[in-house]
Amino acid sequence: MVAVQKKKTKMPLQDPKQRANNFAEVALGYDKEDAINEAKRCLQCSNPACKDGCPVRVDIPEFIDLIAEGDFAAAAKKVKEKNSLPAVCGRVCPQEEQCEAECIVGNKNEPVAIGRLERFVADYIREQEEVEEVEQEKEQVAVVGAGPAGLTAAADLAKLGYQVTLFEAFHKAGGVLTYGIPEFRLPKEIVQDEVEKIEQLGVEIKYNQVIGQIKSLDELFAEGYQAVFVSTGAGLPRFLGIEGENLNGVYSANEFLTRVNLMKAYQFPKYKTPVYTGKKVAVVGAGNVAMDAARTALRLGAEESVIVYRRSREEMPARAEEIEHAQAEGVKFNLLNNPTKILGDDDGFVSGMECIKMELGEPDDSGRRRPIPIEGSEWILDVDQVIMAIGQSPNPILINDTPEIETTDWGTIKVDQETGMTTKEGVFAGGDIVTGAATVIQAMGAGKKVAQAIDDYIQKQNN
Amino acid sequence: MYQILEKEELAPKIKKFAIEAPQIAAKAEPGHFLIVRVDEFAERIPLTIADYDREQGSVTIIVQEVGFSSQQICELEAGDSFLDVVGPLGKPIETAGYERVICIAGGLGSAPLYPKVKSLAKEGVELITILGAQTEELLILEEDLAELSHKLYITTDDGSKGKEGFVTDQLDEILAEDDQFDLVIAIGPMIMMKFVAEVTKEYGIDTMVSLNSLMVDGTGMCGGCRVTVGGETKFSCVDGPAFDGHLVDFDEQLQRSKIYQDKEDKVKDHEFWGDGCRAKEEN
Repeated sequence: MVAVQKKKTKMPLQDPKQRANNFAEVALGYDKEDAINEAKRCLQCSNPACKDGCPVRVDIPEFIDLIAEGDFAAAAKKVKEKNSLPAVCGRVCPQEEQCEAECIVGNKNEPVAIGRLERFVADYIREQEEVEEVEQEKEQVAVVGAGPAGLTAAADLAKLGYQVTLFEAFHKAGGVLTYGIPEFRLPKEIVQDEVEKIEQLGVEIKYNQVIGQIKSLDELFAEGYQAVFVSTGAGLPRFLGIEGENLNGVYSANEFLTRVNLMKAYQFPKYKTPVYTGKKVAVVGAGNVAMDAARTALRLGAEESVIVYRRSREEMPARAEEIEHAQAEGVKFNLLNNPTKILGDDDGFVSGMECIKMELGEPDDSGRRRPIPIEGSEWILDVDQVIMAIGQSPNPILINDTPEIETTDWGTIKVDQETGMTTKEGVFAGGDIVTGAATVIQAMGAGKKVAQAIDDYIQKQNN
Repeated sequence: MYQILEKEELAPKIKKFAIEAPQIAAKAEPGHFLIVRVDEFAERIPLTIADYDREQGSVTIIVQEVGFSSQQICELEAGDSFLDVVGPLGKPIETAGYERVICIAGGLGSAPLYPKVKSLAKEGVELITILGAQTEELLILEEDLAELSHKLYITTDDGSKGKEGFVTDQLDEILAEDDQFDLVIAIGPMIMMKFVAEVTKEYGIDTMVSLNSLMVDGTGMCGGCRVTVGGETKFSCVDGPAFDGHLVDFDEQLQRSKIYQDKEDKVKDHEFWGDGCRAKEEN
């Protein structure tokens, strides 16, 4: 009997010192041998708990078994039955909280590296995959927003035979996958490739279409769409509202990352969009977006990149892996500190940031210990650029244009929990626009669920 | 792709383009703007819709060569295309309910001002227009604005046409005689709008300005175009671009417009030397 491999098969990474200076992907992915080796760690449970942990319910043991047998193409096909963006999910899902959290192997040893295996098959099949087009003979459905929720819903509806049009405000599809998550975590080529596969299913993507400005939802219905899925995300950046926040050199993480990722400012001046790059950069916040911004700043040439967070390490919302990667690359952490003021020079550029030290009190509503400022502990952090990564709210353009759609106090859209239908007949919503900023895979799970509900709705209308 | 139907030179380095974009033309209102991108490498540039023709399905923009990107746009000819045109963006302005209005344009500001003047004229408003430029040859849309206005004044910095001086000198003169106006609309360089707002504040006349903040997406998702209005942070692209001129922090806007000044030279160098000249980039 062969001894069970206790740890996950290692995935090769780019050297931290080297990678902190380039935008190439950090994690290099398994080769065939690694994948088969890892696949053999799966116990092939008859009642797989991992599947319950996956928001789109990929048939995990089945696809892993196909990898173990060396049939990678069949494994990829198996994954794609449930997940339209496997190369993306394998890279950016927080598997430690989802599929891998439920893995039985994980009770005693490290869980099976489901994410890495999903990524392997998706990358393996990328070049040679042929998409089977389903004949689109059913009704027209409009999807607003080409992020993870919209792309998933569009793909599923196309597979069901609907004529799907996807309306996207930007000039590229992918939403946060394209403008938010950096190249070194998720190469844009891979995102665009998965988008193309969805188009090959028969989905038509219309770019530069800000629904709510160029067209209202009622106009979409008048054009013959039977249902609309709103998946416009949570893209409105929050600021702290402190003095000096409009100084030059203060960015929202959204702006900073959009310039770098979507507009390719890291290749300036070949690409013409500039990005302001300081020598000492503070990133306020400690979620994945903050890690992305801090790591991006280093790659743009910052000598110092510091995360400033009002709570302690334990409460940091970013994935453990992202925090480790950031640290290995040289990102510093200034925890239990909150900015109170941004200081500027005579020309209006950032010259420093006043912070106040914090201590943790009793747990608040979210269960995390509440940060309390320590009176009189203000001090000045020496920085020349500040990036605010303290969260995003839903963008109100479409909602403001559609008064029949009810929203919550947080600006998210109210939906029927079962069907995802909004308070406007025939209009469904899902993803961050409903939940507030969450994960890629949760948005995809919502897209999948609502696609099914839209199918049910249209069928019912027809009877 | 969005094809250029017509191109016209209005003044040295100022070009007017009619772009085929029927959906945008159908929805455009005075105050709206567009974001355009010439090609795969280009920036996203905000430009006001200077006019629109719903029947022809076209929107008009007016562009002045000031840096690399605007120069690149100005080199396009009829028949060429923009890769991306997004719009209509921003909030349209309300032109109903006014009786007497003064409209002021500085330099290229005539372009964004024009659709507002057109709309006000349609409402039957008594309209005075002040048009200012550095020199006579940079005055644009003079005839179009004259036709729609009850009275048109011209000022040039060098006195080559109209009154020598700034638009604010002319405004002062008009208001000193008669200050019974409901509204002043001022569009032009930030510094001009700032001084107009200072003049009208003395007379207590409501003043609307249209900000030309730097933008990336133009849909409210980045905050690059933020502006302090009455002590609150607003995003020009979704809350504006028109704001109450008496509440805008112009000094902050003037500073924010200079963030990327040093980058402009790098773009020009790159275009001249190309990718191949690494030595230059490293120096």
